[in-house]
Amino acid sequence: MIRLLDLRSEKSGYCFPVSEKMWGILGRRAVDGGFSASSFRRMRSGLVSARSYAAGSKEMTVRDALNSAIDEEMSADPKVFVMGEEVGQYQGAYKITKGLLEKYGPERVYDTPITEAGFTGIGVGAAYAGLKPVVEFMTFNFSMQAIDHIINSAAKSNYMSAGQINVPIVFRGPNGAAAGVGAQHSQCYAAWYASVPGLKVLAPYSAEDARGLLKAAIRDPDPVVFLENELLYGESFPISEEALDSSFCLPIGKAKIEREGKDVTITTFSKMVGFALKAAEKLAEEGISAEVINLRSIRPLDRATINASVRKTSRLVTVEEGFPQHGVCAEICASVVEESFSYLDAPVERIAGADVPMPYAANLERLALPQVEDIVRAAKRACFRSK
Amino acid sequence: MATSFSATLPLHGSQENRLLLPPIRLAPPPSSFLGFTRSLTIPSSRRLYHAHAARRSPVVGVQEVVKEKKVTNSLLITKEEGLVLYEDMILGRSFEDMCAQMYYRGKMFGFVHLYNGQEAVSTGFIKLLTQSDSVVSTYRDHVHALSKGVSARAVMSELFGKVTGCCRGQGGSMHMFSKEHNMLGGFAFIGEGIPVATGAAFTSKYKREVLKQDCEDVTVAFFGDGTCNNGQFYECLNMAALYKLPIIFVVENNLWAIGMSHLRSTSDPEIWKKGPAFGMPGVHVDGMDVLKVREVAKEAVTRARRGEGPTLVECETYRFRGHSLADPDELRDAAEKAKYAARDPITALKKYLVENKLASEGELKTIEKKIDELVEEAVEFADASPQPGRSQLLENVFADPKGFGIGPDGRYRCEDPKFTQGTAQV
Repeated sequence: MIRLLDLRSEKSGYCFPVSEKMWGILGRRAVDGGFSASSFRRMRSGLVSARSYAAGSKEMTVRDALNSAIDEEMSADPKVFVMGEEVGQYQGAYKITKGLLEKYGPERVYDTPITEAGFTGIGVGAAYAGLKPVVEFMTFNFSMQAIDHIINSAAKSNYMSAGQINVPIVFRGPNGAAAGVGAQHSQCYAAWYASVPGLKVLAPYSAEDARGLLKAAIRDPDPVVFLENELLYGESFPISEEALDSSFCLPIGKAKIEREGKDVTITTFSKMVGFALKAAEKLAEEGISAEVINLRSIRPLDRATINASVRKTSRLVTVEEGFPQHGVCAEICASVVEESFSYLDAPVERIAGADVPMPYAANLERLALPQVEDIVRAAKRACFRSK
Repeated sequence: MATSFSATLPLHGSQENRLLLPPIRLAPPPSSFLGFTRSLTIPSSRRLYHAHAARRSPVVGVQEVVKEKKVTNSLLITKEEGLVLYEDMILGRSFEDMCAQMYYRGKMFGFVHLYNGQEAVSTGFIKLLTQSDSVVSTYRDHVHALSKGVSARAVMSELFGKVTGCCRGQGGSMHMFSKEHNMLGGFAFIGEGIPVATGAAFTSKYKREVLKQDCEDVTVAFFGDGTCNNGQFYECLNMAALYKLPIIFVVENNLWAIGMSHLRSTSDPEIWKKGPAFGMPGVHVDGMDVLKVREVAKEAVTRARRGEGPTLVECETYRFRGHSLADPDELRDAAEKAKYAARDPITALKKYLVENKLASEGELKTIEKKIDELVEEAVEFADASPQPGRSQLLENVFADPKGFGIGPDGRYRCEDPKFTQGTAQV
């Protein structure tokens, strides 16, 4: 308990578009991120009461956005089914699949044994035969036990069979660092999956992203790796009427410019988008107008939007949470250098997680992940370098 | 007539047989499963394993059942069925022999794994399936594809890497896919096909129960003895029995995984026993006899179609050639190979057909000649076929080619006509 409170006080600039009244202490802890399984079960009731408050301001948590997306797709198409550990009776390890078992029954919401390779393969085989599985990994770290199926039997099959067998499967789950979960539960897999041809890799940030991209992923005829973020699940975002419509889909492969600017481009995805927006506000106070691009889709990467933005601002800061070597940022940097070299006024700044397995101690973990100050500092470096 | 299936678990022998046989024996029993251990030149490290295995109670397989049938003088197959089985096995054998020839002539390349000697397993199982049943195999999949109905031309062209192949030259020897015949691959990683097969069986059940369609399709997964030490195998045995899926797990136990003997790598070499541990029947059958395999297959497929769940069938078989065409095959001794060559399934079926007056030598020769011509024609067809065009490199990566993303001009890459011609920048 005490460790989490300390975290909250030491984190800088971490405010949410949510009033404190709406969430009790339990809810705040959930939003800050990181809770053990036991505290999580205790919080279940708190979360239910908090969710019912959402009237009037049209806000939605990422968790609800994902839940509603899966719910709507399951009711629209009987071939869609969910499988994973604890998705049924436990209501989902992170409550994303809450209520689905009651609504659709055990024939469509499968609680699997702890056999990632087995159930992922079963999902791929079911997709070969025409169904549309949504396979949940409790975290993407566990997908390493099934990575053979994601890459060899799912991603490559349409190509190996020359278009005869496509695999309309979605692999989803939380990716990247949570709070205090240690080295084996904190890795970001965006770079690994995004390097494989045949896969589509999506990373939503807001509730609208989550809804639109998950619906697009479930409808997509190809294997999609859907990287969520545990710390974003409880965060609330404003959501438009259009996004609440049941046929709302976002296009795969298009990035979103979250904030327009003219001095420096900051590209990022998932939780780091929130940090980048905070950083942009701080930079604005100092007279630097930053353009923040939410990538949304890691594969295919929206190189057109990134390059157009860099040609406008001439400076690039690229941010991600994962390991630096061979990361998403490295790819973006290479793409910009190849396509917009003469437009760059400063070397590309790359901010990634530290090149270490994630430490457990709270202060070390904070040092291992990019923070708002790091983004601000890098942007300033990019802006003043040419002076 | 009692079969191994009629009792409930554990299912590895009828009650009477179990009482007759003592649980521990000091000398290797006469069962053909452990027959190969009688070779003369066993390295000393293997003797320990053999002794250990010999202490187990002998396997009671379907041999007893089949012997019973023979004694009562009713034949296991009709003439038409016999000829179909014979033709399929001859096709498998001739095709694989031709592959070896073509490989050494440089027309085929990469990894080629031949199925010589194991034809009884493929023919015995697949000839009982319908077009909508699925088959999932390993890299040793040419004959599975042929038995399932993929034409010899399509398979040969695929092996040559030509555009007329069943996967347009993009899959190769180890990745034979055919949606039309429900041949779901061809997987290079051992054990990889087992969960995929389980998923296809899962779909049959889902279609019946959730989509309310009439679906009696079963799936047959073929894999080897080496795979039976892999985690995915056990994960799928568990889930198939748990969800009662219509799948048959067929172990083609040819005793060798490249150069690793089954006994050296497995704590309990009797694979059929692993079925009852997960709640499904485990059956051992002589995989060099197509009729015995067919009897077991009939029961297993009927079980699956009735919704009674999965079956694990261990077929004791042997590959006459090396693991692949690049394998010098030095570790297996000649006496063992000779012993199994004497049990060639094609010769055995021929003998059965002729002795039981189901077909004459002449008829069988006609079939052999017909198949020879078919295979030669397949080679000519493959030779004459063109190689894939340059534009094929980027095709079929995605079912939805928008997955290639947006190009520098702001439009989807796949909309650029130069993209698939390979001249646009990817």
